[in-house]
Amino acid sequence: MLVKVAINGEKHEAEVEPRLLLVHMLRENLRLTGTHIGCDTSHCGACTVLLDGRPVKSCTMFAVQAHGREITTVEGLEQDGKLHPLQDSFIAEHGLQCGYCTPGMLMTSVAFLKKNPRPSEDDIRRAISGNLCRCTGYVNIVKAIQHAAATLQGGA
Amino acid sequence: MALRTSPEVGGMGHSIKRKEDPRFIRGKGTYVDDVVLPGMLYLDIVRSPFAHAKIKKIDISKATAIPGVLAVITGKDLEKYNLHWMPTLMSDTQMVLPVEKVMYQAQEVAAVLATTRYAAADGVAAVEVEYEPLPVVVDPKKALEPGAPVLRTDKKDKKDNRIWHWEWGNKAETDRVFTEADVTVKEDIYIPRIHVASIETCGCVAHWDKVQDKLTVWMTTQAPHAIRTVFALVAGHVGLEEHKIRIISPDIGGGFGGKVPVYPGYVIAVAASVLTGAPVKWIEDRMENLQADSFARDYHITAELAAKKDGTLTALRIKTLADHGYTDAAANPSKFPAGLFHVCTGSYDLKAAHVEVDGVYTNKPPGGIAYRCSFRVTEAVHTIERMVDIMAHQLGMDAAEFRMKNFIKPEQFPYKSALGWEYDSGNYAGALRKAMDTIGYADLLREQAEKRKRGELMGIGISSFTEIVGAGPSKHFDILGLKMFDSCEIRIHPTGKAIARFGTKSQGQGHETTYAQILAEELGIPAKDIKVEEGDTDTAPYGLGTYASRSTPVAGAAAAIASRKIQDKARKIAAHLLEAAPEDLVWEPGKFSVKGAPNRSKTIQEIAFAAYTNHPQGMEAGLEAVSYYDPPNLTYPFGSYICVVDIDKGTGEVKVRRFVAIDDCGNIINPMIVQGQVHGGLSMGLAPALFEEISYDEIGNVQGGSFIDYLVPTAVETPKWETGHTVTPSPHHPLGAKGVGESATVGAPAAIANAVVDALWHLGVRHVDIPITPPKVWRLLRDKGVTE
Repeated sequence: MLVKVAINGEKHEAEVEPRLLLVHMLRENLRLTGTHIGCDTSHCGACTVLLDGRPVKSCTMFAVQAHGREITTVEGLEQDGKLHPLQDSFIAEHGLQCGYCTPGMLMTSVAFLKKNPRPSEDDIRRAISGNLCRCTGYVNIVKAIQHAAATLQGGA
Repeated sequence: MALRTSPEVGGMGHSIKRKEDPRFIRGKGTYVDDVVLPGMLYLDIVRSPFAHAKIKKIDISKATAIPGVLAVITGKDLEKYNLHWMPTLMSDTQMVLPVEKVMYQAQEVAAVLATTRYAAADGVAAVEVEYEPLPVVVDPKKALEPGAPVLRTDKKDKKDNRIWHWEWGNKAETDRVFTEADVTVKEDIYIPRIHVASIETCGCVAHWDKVQDKLTVWMTTQAPHAIRTVFALVAGHVGLEEHKIRIISPDIGGGFGGKVPVYPGYVIAVAASVLTGAPVKWIEDRMENLQADSFARDYHITAELAAKKDGTLTALRIKTLADHGYTDAAANPSKFPAGLFHVCTGSYDLKAAHVEVDGVYTNKPPGGIAYRCSFRVTEAVHTIERMVDIMAHQLGMDAAEFRMKNFIKPEQFPYKSALGWEYDSGNYAGALRKAMDTIGYADLLREQAEKRKRGELMGIGISSFTEIVGAGPSKHFDILGLKMFDSCEIRIHPTGKAIARFGTKSQGQGHETTYAQILAEELGIPAKDIKVEEGDTDTAPYGLGTYASRSTPVAGAAAAIASRKIQDKARKIAAHLLEAAPEDLVWEPGKFSVKGAPNRSKTIQEIAFAAYTNHPQGMEAGLEAVSYYDPPNLTYPFGSYICVVDIDKGTGEVKVRRFVAIDDCGNIINPMIVQGQVHGGLSMGLAPALFEEISYDEIGNVQGGSFIDYLVPTAVETPKWETGHTVTPSPHHPLGAKGVGESATVGAPAAIANAVVDALWHLGVRHVDIPITPPKVWRLLRDKGVTE
């Protein structure tokens, strides 16, 4: 089946098997390997991408379901050589270790801060509860999201 | 420790930002599943639904008829090359693919090779296997009973399911001290089977290049050099000799011990590549990862502790059944089948101790590997910290005061433990006092007393652990005979920049940053000018890898020693440039100057340039060094954790309200990274304490084989960790460092369990096995008649 999608602002067309998972189209057909696979059951969130701005787990969605939609992956966060404030804050607050959950964590956080620009710590913890991290104990991820929220507010 | 370098140089003690982060934050890391080679094939694995069964027939015809499926590999195919069995790291044997029978549910039965990932999965579904179920042995106690089915029928002389019996310590003396004791306590403690569940699963891309006569394997491994040697030992007879093998461990998405073993999937992928000449990718999915990869723990412990009536501890006696599944595929130093479990006297000054462990075969996956822990140290710490707590409660003494009374005192170091270890340094009372001050211990006791009057269940739990890491001195430590040194090779370029390569492999710990900081500290070259590389056996010096918190204690020490060799040569070059005697030069990080004439100096960058352009006659050009560091002793990080829990009488839920962790890992390289390691370690202490367990039903069906049932904590269940540290340097490590990656995982479960039992002790509860789940607590409360 033909799938037409816009990924990180660029139009793409691909002829795919109907059963092809979105994550495999991104990683294997388009070689956007920043989106990771961690569980296949939509628990870990490593494969999170934005579909029309909403976070979805691309391991439990078919590529054909994304037809006509806009997808943003971690590769689309940096604009004109400038990192997204969340990318900066994850570095500043040591919000990542092995880096495997990081792209999914970032995509969830990007969508969350758009919806809730002044979150409480509890809001943040709930927002990222669909993204598992085994390395950081979450404390610094929460701090990084608070840090980015402050930056985004300051810039607004 | 005072800072010796500027923030620009970024030596020890500076929280410099990580060199790894710019690529990870952009999604530009290279993990094994990101590796794609032209003509690459995909491997997927058929797994057994039975825990113990004869294989009567494997019909591959429907699978091979599927477009894209090229072959189905079975044990019989591998048997032709004598590759159907392989040795484990503990010198037991493990099936690559079975010929006669399967020994656990989810065991590899056959492998499908196909042109795409999807075709391979289709092939797996189409392979038809006829099984004849055999009696299943799940319980290790029953496995040792007379008449139990003998599982390892492949071992001709094997008449039972006992793998080994191991004991340590002075039994007669321990028994004697027990007979003289005023008070003894005894408890059965089960530390269940769990899984590291790194977010990246395991996998590889194997590429046998016939023209180059070389096998390259990109592989999720924490120990690439040792793996290369193991591959050569297993497959040297079919032409895979060690100089023809290159293991590349790319970015690793978490390891925690689960990426030390050699799994059958790796070996089948290599065999498939050799047979086809094409690159072959094998990536396991999460369920395969949880159900078939090596597990951790599974220790059935009976512990006894003896004391005088004034509360002085005197002796410890432990008997343990170690459930190893169907093969002993642990990753322990070969001399120690129960790992370093005999550090179980912990932080306490005991007169005598004796430990017995029996390794047992059952119909479960192989393992006994670590879960972010040095060789069974969590099992040891959990046991002693639970027992000390039980004894304190039994004697009616405050748990903190009781520990203070029995700690090894700072002036007793180096301290020889009753089980023979020589602890390098410690100030246990200092760490506990700091933890008590941080959390407000006295106020908590008052609050608890008031709440108890009102019938509320609040508990305060302490864990004052001592770890044993940095394996290890070559006299006692080897894996398959390979001594457990580690290595660093440094090359300083003419322009004063450097590359350093190591025998270890980071899986998120931040080695590219912290190792650069060690060089910056020792040589004064800014950390940003130092490139650190690991994980490629063609370029890095040989080392035993990263696990058991050994990178800083062993490879970090190698970095310091190699740097000092470079500094020695730099001194001679500087003396030549400054026309002074080498002994008349004074070193400060980054510069030699003439004693009494500080203006006459040469920077390390000037010296590096001279090493290639103007080196003294009679000296070899260049500025390079390598060190293979053989540690004189292990290091003994320690800490004190205090946890406060509230228990919901309606649901049995344990809520961790506060958790203060004071760690002492000696001198600190990067405080930001150390804190991050402790945060992560605490979360992997919380997880088995309250959530995670892989259990089996009576016919060996795995429970907890996906993230639906295996509860890795999210940000919601994880408390806000409060951390701090004391600094007691290791006297024998060149940097005074000890290692920290696993301390918190080792120390945290006991603090949580102790807090829960503390909340329930007045109801008559003496012990609860982890994971302390709501149903378990609720049933206890119901039995005591206090549920709401």
